[in-house]
Amino acid sequence: MGTVILLALTGLGLAALYFLVASGLSLVFGLADVLNFAHGLFLGVGAYGTWWAAGNLPGAGPDGFGFVFAVAFGVAAGTLVAILVELVLIRPLYSRTIEQVLVTVGLSLAGVALLQATWGADARPFPRPDWTRQVTGIFGAQVPNGGLLLIIAAVLVLGAILAFLRWTRYGLVIRAGVENREMVTALGIDVRKAFTLVFAIGGAAAALAGALGGVYFGTVSPGQGGSLLIFAFIVVVIGGMGSVVGSAYAAVVVGLVQQFVNYYGTSGLGDICVVGLLAVVLLLRPQGIAGKVATA
Amino acid sequence: MEPVLSVEELSVRISGLHILQGVSFTVAPTGVTVLLGRNGVGKTTTLRAIVGLTPPAGEVRGTIRMGAQSLLARPTHRLVRGGLGYVPEDRCVFAGLTVAENLRLAERRGTTPAYDKVFALFPELDRRGRQRAGSLSGGQQQMLAIGRVLLNDNRLLLVDEPTKGLAPKVVTEVAEVLERVAESVPVLLVEQNLAVVRRLARDAVVLAAGKVAWTGDARELLLETALTKSLLGVGSAEVAAPSARSEPAGPAVAREDQH
Repeated sequence: MGTVILLALTGLGLAALYFLVASGLSLVFGLADVLNFAHGLFLGVGAYGTWWAAGNLPGAGPDGFGFVFAVAFGVAAGTLVAILVELVLIRPLYSRTIEQVLVTVGLSLAGVALLQATWGADARPFPRPDWTRQVTGIFGAQVPNGGLLLIIAAVLVLGAILAFLRWTRYGLVIRAGVENREMVTALGIDVRKAFTLVFAIGGAAAALAGALGGVYFGTVSPGQGGSLLIFAFIVVVIGGMGSVVGSAYAAVVVGLVQQFVNYYGTSGLGDICVVGLLAVVLLLRPQGIAGKVATA
Repeated sequence: MEPVLSVEELSVRISGLHILQGVSFTVAPTGVTVLLGRNGVGKTTTLRAIVGLTPPAGEVRGTIRMGAQSLLARPTHRLVRGGLGYVPEDRCVFAGLTVAENLRLAERRGTTPAYDKVFALFPELDRRGRQRAGSLSGGQQQMLAIGRVLLNDNRLLLVDEPTKGLAPKVVTEVAEVLERVAESVPVLLVEQNLAVVRRLARDAVVLAAGKVAWTGDARELLLETALTKSLLGVGSAEVAAPSARSEPAGPAVAREDQH
């Protein structure tokens, strides 16, 4: 029983990580029709920003408020990079899908190369509070606190995004834009501002995933963003492009399937099962769990 | 009187198709000007070019002016904020949003939305504020699409096939609303239902094969049975059908391919 609970909670921790990356990716694709392969870069910037701030920024550190400050710095850096990417590289290329893909793929490769050139290719130990290295007993299972932190963060981010979409003017614009972007402009709304906003939201969530992923894995490396991005794309497709709630459901399914199958089957079989699940969803329900709706 | 809109030598190419080939016409500053023609001649393309919604792959040439202001190359949201209201074909309400949210989306910053006017015209929208727009009937969705635009002051309304696919009773209601709206703002209307055209339109512009084939008084056109038949492809009995007040679901212009 303890093993099942442990696998379930570590699977949910993984799901939380996928959701943090996938939620922004899904909103960006749903609203702006941009398949952003550079989204993993925002995660890398968040992770390295937090790592750098904890060691170098006055007031920041690996513990207490200093760690919160370091994470805030990493998230701010990831958000800033996301906004700059949208304004400088993506905005001139809206409606030019091939060029967008080339630019974002190129940017993701260049971003990894830049991180490697600056801080080396090897994984570095991530500064993290001592309590995140410890475990909490839940129904007989010793669950790592780093995973629980990820779950709590993902739930808070999900709630915050849904509240934003439900209760704010820009949230309304984004929900409408995911359905019919052209009609939003035909009502006199400059939808490009909403594009920048969803990039900022996506960048912030991915950067947070980078920072908390560093806590979860205990290390930070240049290629971390790219490998997580593959599963985040799977989550987006299974959940439905543009649906934050769909991404949350899909992340839970993918995280749990990976964790349980990898444990009870052969290591790596879980990843194959997830790809199989993606194929089944594409065949039976190509619009994903939730279809193209920004809230549900 | 100066026209509210003038279109000169408008040409639109989309994906290699030369859909409009030098279209020129004007819209009077009052009443309804109707844009007629068989399906596929470029009526919707004309409206979309005016409001700046030609696809990015398309090429637009010519001149479009509202008063002294040139509209070409200006982004759609600026044209709409400048007083160009657009009710698209097939309503395009946001199905996942409630009626109230659809209306709230149309509010413009710095202006007071005219909810009183909209709810006076469409009381049902007030009663169904919390209902998802996707669950409304076709007629209710059309009312929402028109109501959304009427929340704001407009200098010109572009309305694309508002009665398409609606039940006869609802066609009458929509025609009544447009008649009342046209008392305060000029309307450029694309419409296939000739009974509605007869009821609403003062001026007519007929397109054929991407060009203007006829312009003039709409009622005069509908009285010319042979001309109407040749331009719109309807039978003489259909052209001579009575007024829309009693039989709103009148004959429709012949349908061919669609852009």
